[in-house]
Amino acid sequence: MALTGTFLITFLIVHAGINACIFLNDGGATFKTFAHFMSHNWIVRFLEIGLFAGLFLHIIQGLLLWAQNNKARPVRYQYNQPSKNSTWYSRSMGILGTLLLLFLIMHLNHFYVGTKIALYSGDQPHDLYKEMQEIFSNQIWVGLYLAGVVALFWHLYHGFQSAFQTFGLNHKRYTPVIRAAGTGYAVIICSLFALMPLAFYFHWIS
Amino acid sequence: MEHYHMNLTLKVWRQQNNQSKGQLETYQVKDISSEMSFLEMFDVLNEQLILEGKDPIAFDHDCREGICGMCSMYINGQAHGPWQQNTTCQLHMRAFKDGDTIVVEPWRSNAFPVVKDLVVDRSSFDRIIQAGGYISVNTGNAVDANAIPIDKKDADNAFMAAACIGCGACVATCKNGSAMLFVGAKVSQLALLPQGAPERESRVLNMVAQMDKEGFGNCTNTYACEAECPKGISVANIARLNSEYLKAGLSTEEK
Amino acid sequence: MALDAKIPQGEMDKKWSDYKGHVKLVNPANKRKLEVIVVGTGLAGASAAASLGELGYKVKAFCFQDSPRRAHSIAAQGGINAAKNYQNDGDSVFRLFYDTVKGGDYRAREANVHRLAEVSTAIIDQCVAQGVPFAREYGGLLSNRSFGGTQVQRTFYAAGQTGQQLLLGAYSALERQVALGNVQMFARHEMLDVVKIDGKARGIIARDLVSGKTERHFGHAVLLCSGGYGNVFYLSTNAMGSNVTAAWKAHKKGAFFGNPCFTQIHPTCIPVSGDHQSKLTLMSESLRNDGRIWVPKQKGDNRNPKDIPENERDYYLERRYPAFGNLVPRDVASRAAKERCDEGYGVGTTKMAVYLDYKDAIMRYGKIEAGKQGLTAVDDATVFSLGKAVVEEKYGNLFEMYEKITGENPYETPMRIYPAVHYTMGGLWVDYELQTTVPGLYALGEANFSDHGANRLGASALMQGLADGYFVIPYTLGNYLAEDIRTASISTDHEAFVQTEKEVNDRLQQLMSIQGKQTVESFHKRLGKIMWDKCGMARNAEGLKQAIQEIQALKKEFWSDVRIPGSIDAFNPELDKAGRVADFIELGELMCKDALNRNESCGGHFREESQTEDGEAKRDDEQYSYVAAWESKGESNWELHKEPLNFEIVKPTQRSYK
Repeated sequence: MALTGTFLITFLIVHAGINACIFLNDGGATFKTFAHFMSHNWIVRFLEIGLFAGLFLHIIQGLLLWAQNNKARPVRYQYNQPSKNSTWYSRSMGILGTLLLLFLIMHLNHFYVGTKIALYSGDQPHDLYKEMQEIFSNQIWVGLYLAGVVALFWHLYHGFQSAFQTFGLNHKRYTPVIRAAGTGYAVIICSLFALMPLAFYFHWIS
Repeated sequence: MEHYHMNLTLKVWRQQNNQSKGQLETYQVKDISSEMSFLEMFDVLNEQLILEGKDPIAFDHDCREGICGMCSMYINGQAHGPWQQNTTCQLHMRAFKDGDTIVVEPWRSNAFPVVKDLVVDRSSFDRIIQAGGYISVNTGNAVDANAIPIDKKDADNAFMAAACIGCGACVATCKNGSAMLFVGAKVSQLALLPQGAPERESRVLNMVAQMDKEGFGNCTNTYACEAECPKGISVANIARLNSEYLKAGLSTEEK
Repeated sequence: MALDAKIPQGEMDKKWSDYKGHVKLVNPANKRKLEVIVVGTGLAGASAAASLGELGYKVKAFCFQDSPRRAHSIAAQGGINAAKNYQNDGDSVFRLFYDTVKGGDYRAREANVHRLAEVSTAIIDQCVAQGVPFAREYGGLLSNRSFGGTQVQRTFYAAGQTGQQLLLGAYSALERQVALGNVQMFARHEMLDVVKIDGKARGIIARDLVSGKTERHFGHAVLLCSGGYGNVFYLSTNAMGSNVTAAWKAHKKGAFFGNPCFTQIHPTCIPVSGDHQSKLTLMSESLRNDGRIWVPKQKGDNRNPKDIPENERDYYLERRYPAFGNLVPRDVASRAAKERCDEGYGVGTTKMAVYLDYKDAIMRYGKIEAGKQGLTAVDDATVFSLGKAVVEEKYGNLFEMYEKITGENPYETPMRIYPAVHYTMGGLWVDYELQTTVPGLYALGEANFSDHGANRLGASALMQGLADGYFVIPYTLGNYLAEDIRTASISTDHEAFVQTEKEVNDRLQQLMSIQGKQTVESFHKRLGKIMWDKCGMARNAEGLKQAIQEIQALKKEFWSDVRIPGSIDAFNPELDKAGRVADFIELGELMCKDALNRNESCGGHFREESQTEDGEAKRDDEQYSYVAAWESKGESNWELHKEPLNFEIVKPTQRSYK
């Protein structure tokens, strides 16, 4: 989980970085350049396969983990107070992950499927920027995207530092740094993502 | 310290044996002193049950001073009850007040089958130790105790890991029923000491293999184990187990 | 029958090496055919089972707990002595030997004690090699502390959990042998009798405590490592399950019981808080290094201790024993506390407690700390907080434990302490080879009587348990088994097994069939009260005679009115406890008989008839310089055998701490 998770964490940096280009407020010019590069460069295309494989593995591992862990306690406690000893989000990675998967299906449907169809049908290149403008003018979509980002935040907030623990890195001096970095990462990535639908919806960018 | 007396409602898990289905049963105890230990309150209840001609509640306990690791109750939704860094036998009744309802259940884990009522079978822990939780030194083989100096920091960390009492609270409290804190503590102790070095690889691989075989769950880093561990064993030991396991897994020549 | 201790000839410091040089050996091929039963998995049992397994014997180990790691050795706090002289402070094997004989008030066997001191050093080596994380100095070498008022620093320790670390070391060695198939482990099994064939111990009857079924187990030899019997007093620092049953069954089968009345009462325990009390908790002896013990000068003074001014406090140990003060040996400190409480000066709700006060120590450390930090003109509050940090560093875990149990903050309010039963020096009589009077039946660790005389020194119990298991029995057992290599394993269908198992089951049936009105626990409490009142810290002839009668009456009542719920062939802790209490009742009678016989005061045994004018213990070497070994002759009937004690090296003197 940690290995694939870390891989996905690095992907999100690229994803958020490129998308943040919309905030340059140049009518999406820079963004479009990057988007074009990302959808046409063969190295990126190759990496894309890896990304989907990583995501798929992450999901499969999660499901296996869930099944094994469920089996480890066949009879449940009648009365349990887990909030006394652990945080809700650390215990809810499976649920948060499932929410993220649902979000992802919606998200890919919005921005990925169309791009690919356009790419292979040989039509005009898909204008992602325009599509974002359209989708994020609908408040239901904006709401759902924000919900997805919230789920992502808690998933990352636990997942980032958790990955280091799984890799065997727990150190008196460095662990606080890792935790701070994880918090910073989750906050920055998720704020960027959350700002995108909001920016379009409230026309902060033209 | 003010002393007081209380009446309590207890909901205790009763289960005849491993085959039967259990359920919570309700009991009333009266006039319990705040100075009693939790197990002494159970003694009172059991005396009451015996005199009423009923079957007393079976529970594990021995030293009653928090070190043998035998007591094992899940009290009001927490392993060893509401106090931190504490065993059930050291929990005292001043943690409760008159009129409280207390729910008591056994450790629940696939690898800890219920023997009777609140008693579970933790021999899976012994089998994990058998898989490698030792240093292979026959009696009489040792060199002088001061022949190998050990960094005080490592010795202290080894001691803190070795303080594990093997009670199983980590497994009981983990939402996944994982035994990583128990295994991590032993692997850490022996990995931190030069004496443990020769068997470092095989130890961690074999102990983890046995742990999986016993049916414990996986660690998802919720750190509930550390919070509930009566000896405050740190999850840093789980990280050390992970890194030992990774290193050994990559370098081993075994298939 | 004359007792033969089989002490080797020769100089004291050569006896053990000579013995080892001439002892019979068993060749490896024969070891594989020889089966050994080990009962109990504490320090003695686990170390013996592991070591014998390593040698190649086929070992079966038994414990009543759910895992061998739970044995009560685990609760030992202070440390383990060894004559390493790492501190260059004049320690030696001879000094450890001398201190142990003297500390035991000249009632131990010199040859055994010398051997103990000799092997003590190898124990530390072995434990370190096993990964026992002893405390270390910054240079990476082992740390030592002084313990129980000795003049050298020879105690090795692992914080306040030395027993735990040593036991886990022995446990890991044992589990390794289990994994290798040399030792078969039987947890949640209780030994209920010894099987004798042609006069030799040849196995045991054990009961599987989960299924309730009895089982027959053969062994060419049987080792009892079943610990002490302090729970005869009901309240003690022992674990709830600690019991005398294994040793007692052996006693009934012909093993003599040595010095049963020698009980150690530890002075620093948390006092009883009420009738509900089920056990007592020890506060390490090390607390007396810095704490001051006192009671109010005025009887029945109910003021808050903080409000009692200095001149109205009686620091009675410092007053009575100016030379040693608060560091007098355990037995002396215990009796002094009892004396004050009996006179009506006790404190707390029960009035059976004295104060152990850390205020002065905190202030003293605080001033030193202020000096170190170059602080001048500091107020008391600052000094207190500086000192508190120092005390916390040294004793924090003990203070925390005290607070958990009592709910009082010991930094603010003096701790209340009172003596409690802690250890039993008496036990099955064994010879130099640790063999009881039944051939093939051995007793190790606290279960035997051999090394501590009438009083055990702090940090010596762990040493003895491991010495017996790691370094003595592997040699002495071979000497016996070498003669037995032609004895094939005896089938457990042998008549003796069948008969003994039947006796065990009959007794269980009898216990279950009583169905009276009183619980097992209530009988145990009553026995404890008799023992504590009349065979406790101070004993006299009249009280002991009364106690014997009361115990006999209690025994009758027990066997006609005890109520045991549940059934025989199921998990039934009440039945287990009933069998143990029945044995404790019989043992209690013997302890009183032994205490009555020994009309002298020595070590933990204080006879009021034998004291000096100012109330100190008075030994009588003329008449009582012997081990009292009792032979069971049927119900309430024992015959006394005496093993004279000859002191070749350490000449007896009266102890004085004035």
